[in-house]
Amino acid sequence: MKTTDSTPSDMVPQQSGGPVRKENASGAQKREKKEGTVLNVFSHGMLVLWAFMVVMPLLWAVMTSFKDDNAIFSSPWALPDKLHFDNWARAWTDANMSDYFLNTILVVGGSLVGTLVLGSMAAYVLARFEFPGNGFIYYLFIGGMSFPIMLALVPLFYVVNNMGLLNTIHGLILVYIAYSLPFTVFFLTAFFRTLPTSVAEAAFVDGASHSRTFLQIMLPMAKPGLISVGIFNFLGQWNQYMLPTVLNTDPDKRVLTQGLVQLAASQGYKGDWSGLFAGLVMAMIPVLAAYIIFQRQVVTGLTAGALK
Amino acid sequence: MQHGKYRFIVGFLAVPLGLYALFVIWPFIQSIYYSFTDWTGLSPEFEMVGFANYERMFDDDIFWKSLQHSLLFALVLPLVTIGLALFFAFMINVGGKRRRGGPVISGVRGSSFYKIVYFFPQVLSIAIVALLFAFAYNPDSGSINSLLRGIGLDSVQPLWLGDPGLALWCVMAVLVWSTVGFFVVLFSAGMASIPADLYEAALLDGAGRASTFFRITLPLLWDTVQSGWVYMGILALGAESFAVVQIMTTGPGGPDYSTTVMVLYVYQKAFRDGQAAYATTIGVALLVVTLAFAALVMRLGRRERLEY
Repeated sequence: MKTTDSTPSDMVPQQSGGPVRKENASGAQKREKKEGTVLNVFSHGMLVLWAFMVVMPLLWAVMTSFKDDNAIFSSPWALPDKLHFDNWARAWTDANMSDYFLNTILVVGGSLVGTLVLGSMAAYVLARFEFPGNGFIYYLFIGGMSFPIMLALVPLFYVVNNMGLLNTIHGLILVYIAYSLPFTVFFLTAFFRTLPTSVAEAAFVDGASHSRTFLQIMLPMAKPGLISVGIFNFLGQWNQYMLPTVLNTDPDKRVLTQGLVQLAASQGYKGDWSGLFAGLVMAMIPVLAAYIIFQRQVVTGLTAGALK
Repeated sequence: MQHGKYRFIVGFLAVPLGLYALFVIWPFIQSIYYSFTDWTGLSPEFEMVGFANYERMFDDDIFWKSLQHSLLFALVLPLVTIGLALFFAFMINVGGKRRRGGPVISGVRGSSFYKIVYFFPQVLSIAIVALLFAFAYNPDSGSINSLLRGIGLDSVQPLWLGDPGLALWCVMAVLVWSTVGFFVVLFSAGMASIPADLYEAALLDGAGRASTFFRITLPLLWDTVQSGWVYMGILALGAESFAVVQIMTTGPGGPDYSTTVMVLYVYQKAFRDGQAAYATTIGVALLVVTLAFAALVMRLGRRERLEY
C-alpha cells in the first residue's frame, strides 16, 4: 500500500456542480438535515481544535525563543517586547548548540549511510537467494523490532566499553546501525521480493557477477524503497534519545537531543531559559522544514512499515 | 545462478549479521544470563545467585508500581490514541458533507491540510516534545496554568507533574499528543484504499455515518488497526515512555514514584545504582510483558480476514 494522501477529497471540486433538483422538504427530512449539520459542526470543530492544539505549542516555543528571561516567566502568553535575536546567538555559541549539531550530523550521516548499505546487502540476499538458514536469519532480524531495547542496553554498555567504543562517534554510529537493521531489513526484504526477477537473470546470463548485478541492476531498481526507509531511519536516528543517553556520556560528544536535555537540566542554576528555547526551536526547524518539503516521501516512509 | 552463490551470500551477510549479532543479539542473551547473577556492573566479578534477583523483584514495591504504570501505558495509550486517530481519519476521509454531483464519499474541507499539520509532532524528537511540555506544565510560570488564570480560573491551578495523582496522566497526554498524527495518516492511507462502491451501497441502504464507520470502515481497516495497536504498545512500553518520564518528571520517576515505568527503572538500577544484574532482571520482566502484550493483541484481535 503506497497511497499516502490522495484521498477522494483532493479531487473534489469544492462547490457542488451537479444539477439542482427540487425536493419536497418534509419535516422528517428537515430534522435529519439539522442533526447532520450539528454533527458536522461538532466533528469539524474537533478537527480544528486538534490542529490548534498541535500548532499552538510549537508556535508558543518559537515566540518564547524571542523573549527575554523575565518575560518568559512573568507573562508566558504575551508577545515578545522586541525580537531578542541574541537568544539564538547565545544558544548557538555559548550553549554549544553548534557542537551538538555537528555531532548529530556526523553520527546520523555515518549511521544512515551504513544502515542503507548493510541493510540493503542483507535484505537482498535474504530476499533473492535460497540457502539453509535463510528463514532463521530473517526472523532473527525481525525479532529485534519487538524486543525492549533497554534490556540489551545494560550489557551493551559494557560490550561497547570493552571495545573502547564508549563515548566515541564511530562507536555510536555502529550501535545506531545495528539497531536500525531490523526494520531496514524487514522493509527492504519485502521490497526486493516485489522486484521482477527477469532483469537480474538477464544480467546474470550476460556474465555479470552477483555483486555487479546487485550494484548496477537491483539497487537502482530499489531506489524508491531505499528513499522511504532512508527517511524513516533519518528521522529515527536524528531524534534518537535513549541510545546516546546510555552510551554517550561524554559532554563533548553529545548529540542534539541529549544536549538540549542537559541544557534544560543545568538551567536550574544558569538560568538562561530564553537561550534554551532558542536551542529547542533551532533543533525543531530542520526536521520540520525537511518534512514540509518532502512531505509525501516522509509520510510514505514512516507509514509504509506498519501497513505491510 | 549457482556460480559463486554461497561465497556471495556469505560475503554480503557477514558484516550486517556480525554487527547485529554483536550489538543486539549478544547483549540480549547476556542480559538474560546476568539476571541470574549478582553482577554490579562496576566490577567484572560476579557469581551465580539463582533466582535471588527474581525473588527480590517480586518483593519490590517500586517494581510493582512501575509494572502497573507500564501496563497502564500499554492499555490506555493505544486506546486513546487509536480512538482519536480513527475519528479524525474518518472525518478527514469519509466524513464530508455529501454533495450532489460529487463522489459518494469525501472528506471534510481542507483534509490534506489537517493531515500535514497533525503529522508535525511525529517528526520531532520525543525529547524535544517532552522538554516543551515540561515547561507548559510548570505550575507557576507554565503556559497551561497561566492560560487558566487568563480565563479567570485562578482557583484551578494544578501542580500537574508535581501532583502524584496527575503526573502520570500528564505524561501520557504528551505521548497521545505526539502520536495521534501518525495514526491519522496511517489510517487515512488505509481508508483511501477501501473501494467507494462499498460506501455507495451502504448509502443506498440508508446507513448513517456512524453505522458506515462501524459496519464498513472499521472492519476493513482492522488489520491496520491491529498492527498499529501492537506498534503503539511496544513504543509505550519502551523508548517513548523512557524519554518522556525521564525528561519530564522530577526524580526522574515523579513524586512518590508516581510515574516510574519499567524501562526507566531498568535504566536507573543499571546506570545510577550500580545494580546491573537486578536491572537485567527487571528488563527480562519487561521483555515478558512486551511479548505477552503483542501476543494478546494479535490473538484477541484475530478475526476472519476480509478481502476486498
